[in-house]
Amino acid sequence: MSTAAPTHEHGHDHEHHGPAPGLSRWILTTNHKDIGTLYLLFSLLMFFIGGAMALVIRAELFQPGLQIVDPHFFNQMTTMHALVMIFGAVMPAFVGLANWLIPIMIGAPDMALPRMNNWSFWIMPFAFTLLLSTLFTAGGGPAGGWTLYPPLVLQTGEAFPFVILAVHMMGASSIMGAINIVATILNLRAPTMTLMKMPLFVWTWLITAFLLVAVMPVLAGAVTMLLTDKYFGTSFFNAAGGGDPVMFQHIFWFFGHPEVYIMILPAFGVISMIIPTFARKPLFGYASMVYATASIAFLSFIVWAHHMFTVGMPLAGELFFMYATMLIAVPTGVKVFNWVSTMWRGSMTFETPMLFAIAFVILFTIGGFSGLMLAIAPADFQYHDTYFVVAHFHYVLVPGAVFSIMAAAYYWLPKWTGHMYNEKLGQWHFWLSVVGINVLFFPQHFLGLAGMPRRIPDYALQFTEFNMISTVGAFIFGISQLLFAYNVIQTIRGGAKATDQVWEGAKGLEWTLSSPPPYHTFQTAPRVD
Amino acid sequence: MAISRIAQGGVVALGSALWGWSTGAYAEYELNMPQGVTSISKDVYDLHMLIFWICVAIGIGVFGVMFWSIYHHRKSRGAVAAQFHESTVIEIIWTIIPMAILIAMAVPATGTLVRMADARDAELTIKVTGYQWRWQYDYLDQGVSFFSTLSTPQAQIRNTASKGEHYLLEVDNPLVVPVGKKVRILTTAADVIHSWWVPDLGWKKDAIPGFINEAWTQIDKPGIYRGQCAELCGRDHGFMPVVVKAVSPEEFEQWLVQMKAQANPQTAQNKPVSLSATVPGGQTL
Amino acid sequence: MATHAHAPASDIYYVPAQSHWPIIASISLFTMMFGGATLLNGGSSTLLFIGLAMILTTMFGWFGTVVMESEHGFYNAQMDRSFRWGMGWFIFSEVMFFAAFFGALFYARHYSVPWLGGETEHGVLTQSLLWSGYEATWPTNGPDKIGGFFAPMHAWGLPAINTLILLSSGVTITWAHWGLVEGNRAKLIKGLAATVALGVLFLVLQAVEYHEAYQELHLTLGSGIYGSTFFMLTGFHGLHVTIGAIILAVILFRSMAGHFSPHKHFAFEAAAWYWHFVDVVWLGLFIFVYWM
Ligand code: HEA
Ligand code: HEA
Ligand code: CUA
Ligand SMILES: [Cu+2]
Repeated sequence: MSTAAPTHEHGHDHEHHGPAPGLSRWILTTNHKDIGTLYLLFSLLMFFIGGAMALVIRAELFQPGLQIVDPHFFNQMTTMHALVMIFGAVMPAFVGLANWLIPIMIGAPDMALPRMNNWSFWIMPFAFTLLLSTLFTAGGGPAGGWTLYPPLVLQTGEAFPFVILAVHMMGASSIMGAINIVATILNLRAPTMTLMKMPLFVWTWLITAFLLVAVMPVLAGAVTMLLTDKYFGTSFFNAAGGGDPVMFQHIFWFFGHPEVYIMILPAFGVISMIIPTFARKPLFGYASMVYATASIAFLSFIVWAHHMFTVGMPLAGELFFMYATMLIAVPTGVKVFNWVSTMWRGSMTFETPMLFAIAFVILFTIGGFSGLMLAIAPADFQYHDTYFVVAHFHYVLVPGAVFSIMAAAYYWLPKWTGHMYNEKLGQWHFWLSVVGINVLFFPQHFLGLAGMPRRIPDYALQFTEFNMISTVGAFIFGISQLLFAYNVIQTIRGGAKATDQVWEGAKGLEWTLSSPPPYHTFQTAPRVD
Repeated sequence: MAISRIAQGGVVALGSALWGWSTGAYAEYELNMPQGVTSISKDVYDLHMLIFWICVAIGIGVFGVMFWSIYHHRKSRGAVAAQFHESTVIEIIWTIIPMAILIAMAVPATGTLVRMADARDAELTIKVTGYQWRWQYDYLDQGVSFFSTLSTPQAQIRNTASKGEHYLLEVDNPLVVPVGKKVRILTTAADVIHSWWVPDLGWKKDAIPGFINEAWTQIDKPGIYRGQCAELCGRDHGFMPVVVKAVSPEEFEQWLVQMKAQANPQTAQNKPVSLSATVPGGQTL
Repeated sequence: MATHAHAPASDIYYVPAQSHWPIIASISLFTMMFGGATLLNGGSSTLLFIGLAMILTTMFGWFGTVVMESEHGFYNAQMDRSFRWGMGWFIFSEVMFFAAFFGALFYARHYSVPWLGGETEHGVLTQSLLWSGYEATWPTNGPDKIGGFFAPMHAWGLPAINTLILLSSGVTITWAHWGLVEGNRAKLIKGLAATVALGVLFLVLQAVEYHEAYQELHLTLGSGIYGSTFFMLTGFHGLHVTIGAIILAVILFRSMAGHFSPHKHFAFEAAAWYWHFVDVVWLGLFIFVYWM
């Protein structure tokens, strides 16, 4: 894709007022860059909180027997860890990237609905206050798993309404965020920025936003039914009244499966930006990347019951969901092949963003392979609810989604802050993370295959060794993330001056701006050839 | 980029250490899915291995190309970037080939699934009910019914006694079934969802309150097979194992006679005090 | 490469300045949610009502600001399009919210109830071992007759009248729109007033219907799956009619105050879209909840 520079660098200084001073800048802001920063910092904080919970889980699982926490608290940690990581760390991080990048990638002055943008963000800290506060109530937090299956979740104590209402708030925030992104992309592109010229990150986010608007309300509906089943005598999930606990699972996964693609499509976008830059070669198969993303999004609506192969669906249903799920490997494969072809005969260098991107391609693909294995219904009868599943989704989520976020952070940090991050530290962070993550999650495949169920605080003796290895990996990986936080903070505070182009091979509007870009970027539309 | 070299070396060393360790010295620690003791479990195992090897092959291909390119097409080796960025033909090829591979996987998967779904002509039917946190087994046509609860002592769990060989995988009353006979297992639950799972049988089935799920098994080899509840069911989800004892048909008959003799007092005693509102008391045996 | 083209004035982007409304809205929402949860846990309702009052105040203030800006002509064509995309996608999200409940209704009628009643291969054992004697019918409150005996709501009484009312309100709002476009303010105001009145009438009849359901038919929210789906679907719809009617009332007052021009009146259109959405959902309800 070829892009050109914006037009405004000279002149138009009149309305270029900077940010407001002090705290009010952050609380009252309508500026997409400020809001993007807020989202990203919030998500970093949540990543540490969710990670600390994961470390509690891993510490308890270091040895058989109950050592550190009691089973009920363990279940709270599992549940909260997932909710915090998904809704607090990964999703807001991508929304933060969208905020920062989409306007400057498409030549827009800001997001389409800036005040609503501020609201989308500021709902989040309150929602998480509501959610996390339940850990300190008498009965503790929710302990039924992030999937909130009834009837178990209905046994939750005082935490229950807090959790449901917190989920409602996160949903409202996500929906508004997504609407904003759709409106921005469809309405605020520079006139010459046609759809098929948009950077892939923008494309993947457009499709992701569509998924969000389509499925977050369904989650809201599902949790509302939980609420009325518990407090208002409805029978949605109660067989005695004509309902069915499995009905919840259908509704939940109608949301839940697209949700996992919500967490990976923007990652695909990030990787599709980074690899061409460091291969110094245009992205291979731009158009087919767009179509593949759209196909994945479409398929994501008709595969949900692969999470429910063991609930006793009729045979025809199992077959349908198995076939549909397997199909997703095709468009995803197209993406992987295109990335590899982009590297092929490039002129590659391996700065930190590229290292994370390469690790993403490999480790995400491994996670995809295990996903494909899970899609085979008869085999899933064995895999389901074991650590094999835990290994699968952490491979796609951590060295998948999270690595892409880190790659993005290193890649655009110089643009955002005007400072170059510490490359040496970045490399250390990368290598420790890759080693840590594989030590952490690879053995979990073995555990699952050998028969260790998920969501248990204690296990039979034959699982001891791999659990120990996994826990060691978790601590290596977790502690390495302190390097990341340190590096980011140091880069914000100062460091070598970054050039406007930053990376030799970087293409696209954002690299034509100064580093950091002016507080208000485009007053009039730039031209893109 | 010296550190990256060192770290790279580290990965390789660690990886091979891990591999050697896990395959060699500690052979009793399973790495893979068990082949199990039924024809279904063997089918499932074969299916698992088939897909696994296909994925490995694709992985070697894709990562092979990638690493070759990472090695040869790096700027430090003077590589100059080509500028090609499109080829419809190649996109079509790598859409169609994976499609074909997937179809090749779907065929045996469908066969196995259809076989697993066919519970007709069973010679024995056992209803399995999940409770927080134990299992109840009802031999529907024999009138035998009993509970099966974890028998590992608390002291072992609390680390005040040394752990036994079958730590957490042992129960007071195992499910007893005859070998060589098709046994139909009906799962349901009294409170929340549980899932009945014995890896050696090749499947698990959720126990849903208010509904009956059907599955079947036919064990070829006498022995004791251990598994666990596989669906999060609250505090003691990790502490409700499943133990199946497969015995010869003769032994099974003897066991039935013995059970019938002592059956009634035992069930009465073990009946939980309160059943959840989900399923009214009258409905559970 | 870069060409320096001076865009016409209307293409200069409008970016609203800092605003305190979003943070106030967040705090209000938090207060309301916290209050709601406290109430559900058996606590007091004070916080809930404080939160609710805060939300209403915020909406009043926030929308007031937007209306003022709009009237001062701050918004250009591009803002207008952004609002359109925003409203359109918001309505889509509402459609999906209802889809969850329609999905529940569909699942109960086609899967769970027949299974419990022993239909299809999957249901035979469920019925014979757990719910013997239960026959799948619709409406039903399940094998345990949760909520006790009840009679279903008939389609061709009040609900049919309500259908007519909502359909006519779709006509009156379109008529009002014609008035606005023609520059005929009296027609606009009359049309809007009629629409609001029809909306209120709908809600009154809905209340009568609920009263009848509870008092005479013994049909309650707790009447098994039928009561659950019936009241949740019609209830959320009623809530949306209420919101729609309030929005329309605001538009009515603004029209009386001389707001909107034949060419620029997105607020009116947004309200009309919303109203049509509420209308269409009702048709779905009438067909799938009452009639079939
Ligand atoms: C980012 C998140 C993410 C992503 C991208 C995926 C991707 C996929 N997932 Fe995963 N999944 C989760 C997150 C994700 N998943 C989570 C969180 C859960 C558990 C939830 C819970 O229970 O708590 C889960 C669970 C889960 C299950 C249920 C398991 C169980 O509970 O029993 C299944 C079953 O089918 C599944 C399948 C797949 C498949 C087929 C893909 C595919 O999209 C993968 C496609 C990719 C590839 C296949 C690799 C690249 C392709 C090629 C190189 C082409 C050639 C390949 C072939 C022809 C083989 N996933
Ligand atoms: C994006 C989502 C995401 C992410 C990033 C992660 C990240 C991690 N997860 Fe997560 N996980 C899920 C999503 C995610 N997980 C989901 C959906 C489930 C299923 C839940 C369920 O069953 O309901 C799950 C479940 C799950 C389990 C299974 C629990 C069970 O079944 O009982 C385990 C166990 O090992 C685990 C481990 C980890 C670890 C070690 C990390 C690590 O990558 C985390 C690394 C980060 C850190 C460690 C932070 C660094 C912090 C410090 C270094 C400082 C510490 C600070 C203090 C102590 C003050 N996760
Ligand atoms: Cu029973 Cu888990
Ligand atoms: Cu899925």
